[in-house]
Amino acid sequence: MINPTAVYVLWLREMKRFVRAKSRIVGMLVMPLLFLVFLGFGFTSFSIPGSPADISYIDFLVPGIIGMGLLFTSMFAGISVLWDREFGFLKEIMVAPVNRVSIVLGRIAGGTTTGLVQGVLLLLISLLMGFRIAGLFPFLLAIVFMVLIATTFIGLGLIFASRMKDMQGFSLIMNFIIFPLFFLSGALFPVENLPGWIRYVSYIDPLTYGVDGMRGALIGISSLPVVYNFAISIGFSLFMVLLGAYFFEKSESV
Amino acid sequence: MDGISFSVKKGELFGLLGPNGAGKTTTINMLSTLLTPNGGHAEIVGFDVRKSRDEVRRSIGIVFQEPALDSQLTGRENLYFHARMYGLDRKTRDERIKEVLELVELTVKADVLVGKYSGGMKRRLEIARGLIHMPKVLFLDEPTLGLDAQTRRHIWEYIKKLNRESEVTIILTTHYMEEADYLCDRVAIIDQGRIVAMDTPSKLKDVLGGDVICLELEGDAENFMRHVKSLKWVKTVKMHDGNLCLTTERGEKRIPELVCDAPKKGVNVLSVNLRKPSLEDVFLHFTGKTIREEDAGRNNWNRELMRRRHGG
Repeated sequence: MINPTAVYVLWLREMKRFVRAKSRIVGMLVMPLLFLVFLGFGFTSFSIPGSPADISYIDFLVPGIIGMGLLFTSMFAGISVLWDREFGFLKEIMVAPVNRVSIVLGRIAGGTTTGLVQGVLLLLISLLMGFRIAGLFPFLLAIVFMVLIATTFIGLGLIFASRMKDMQGFSLIMNFIIFPLFFLSGALFPVENLPGWIRYVSYIDPLTYGVDGMRGALIGISSLPVVYNFAISIGFSLFMVLLGAYFFEKSESV
Repeated sequence: MDGISFSVKKGELFGLLGPNGAGKTTTINMLSTLLTPNGGHAEIVGFDVRKSRDEVRRSIGIVFQEPALDSQLTGRENLYFHARMYGLDRKTRDERIKEVLELVELTVKADVLVGKYSGGMKRRLEIARGLIHMPKVLFLDEPTLGLDAQTRRHIWEYIKKLNRESEVTIILTTHYMEEADYLCDRVAIIDQGRIVAMDTPSKLKDVLGGDVICLELEGDAENFMRHVKSLKWVKTVKMHDGNLCLTTERGEKRIPELVCDAPKKGVNVLSVNLRKPSLEDVFLHFTGKTIREEDAGRNNWNRELMRRRHGG
């Protein structure tokens, strides 16, 4: 049922657009880097409660900031269906003899690739700031978590895009969904520091497990064992992708 | 849409003519599987639009009313994307892209980003794209909306040539009378979701019987209209905007009589207009209003302006 050519050509389109939009590449690196530089150096002498003394705040922060970057770009990639609707291109896609699942997969493939480019670039830049990666396996494991984070939030973005008619609601999503997801995830501080009930809310945030998993992979400290994070992240990813595909299938293209 | 029914022959150039909001685009959207009709039955080259969506999609090409191009890709890339989505192999793909680019005379501009194209070039590129996969039926939704007169002429010529040479069946919608008249083998006039008349443009105009004479009157126009209706040689009479319009054969011979009769019935003739009937008159005849009034009533002028401004 899945049409590999269609998935490929939709992916290719995303790549061409991505490479051509220089401002987009700069834009998706600048905000995470500002966070990384100012928080990382600003809080340099703070210690993370319950972590070994040789882990500095910047080490703790790098996986969180990569997670944040992925959250923003992936949600955006999912919601960008709305732009295609706005500019009419969605109709061109929808009248093609290609099933909806392939269309969703093409978009996820494109969004995940751009997410990975972003994540790896951020990781490389953080090396310049003194971050150290223990070896190839931790690096690859981090990549796996990046893929899971990206697919999860592209799926979530698709759900929103399918329920919205235009871009009017985007700032609402930014303020009421994306930022809370970011702050609740423990990207900036251990979720154990949050007061009781908010901590429980953070446990239903998919990003919590993605960030914790990456932290486990890259710096060897995490709240949950990496395997648990991995399993839960796969669950969230599948759930969001399927739900996103379902809502996309249901939505009208005109 | 309210129970419309029509069939189009293979190779025919068929037009859906009606004001904005009459339901033309909705019809196209249902026939092209973008909208699911909640009743009724429609087939494209034998495939049911509700049950065999993929077969229908493969058989049709479509040019939407609003541009549906990716402006961050070049013209050629837009065509490439389309060709791949429709499963063309490499050889066919390269051939067809070359052919359609030549057909719409965009070969030189093929590697320029679509964002830099003019409205007319975009429209031509879309027509080219709709043809790549050799569809049996091509839908054109308002193909010349918002284009200048010269570009419109060009597009008309492409459409005619295309229909003649490739034998593709074309279904177009328009609210331009001249367009339907000039291009279509057959026209269905749509108003408020219904087909009010359907035939060849010349036969539709024959319904009115000969020429149209419009008299601008001052005074008791109603009385004069009763008089005109009683004349044997008058086929139809309509009052519109204070103008009395009647149809008759050999209209030029009847003007003197009308002008002489007028003062006796207490009206002055301020001006006289004689013309061959247009589809506009046919529309007026069947719906009691002009297509422009319908459009104005729906306040679509603003929308069209917006569309133009955004490079429609």
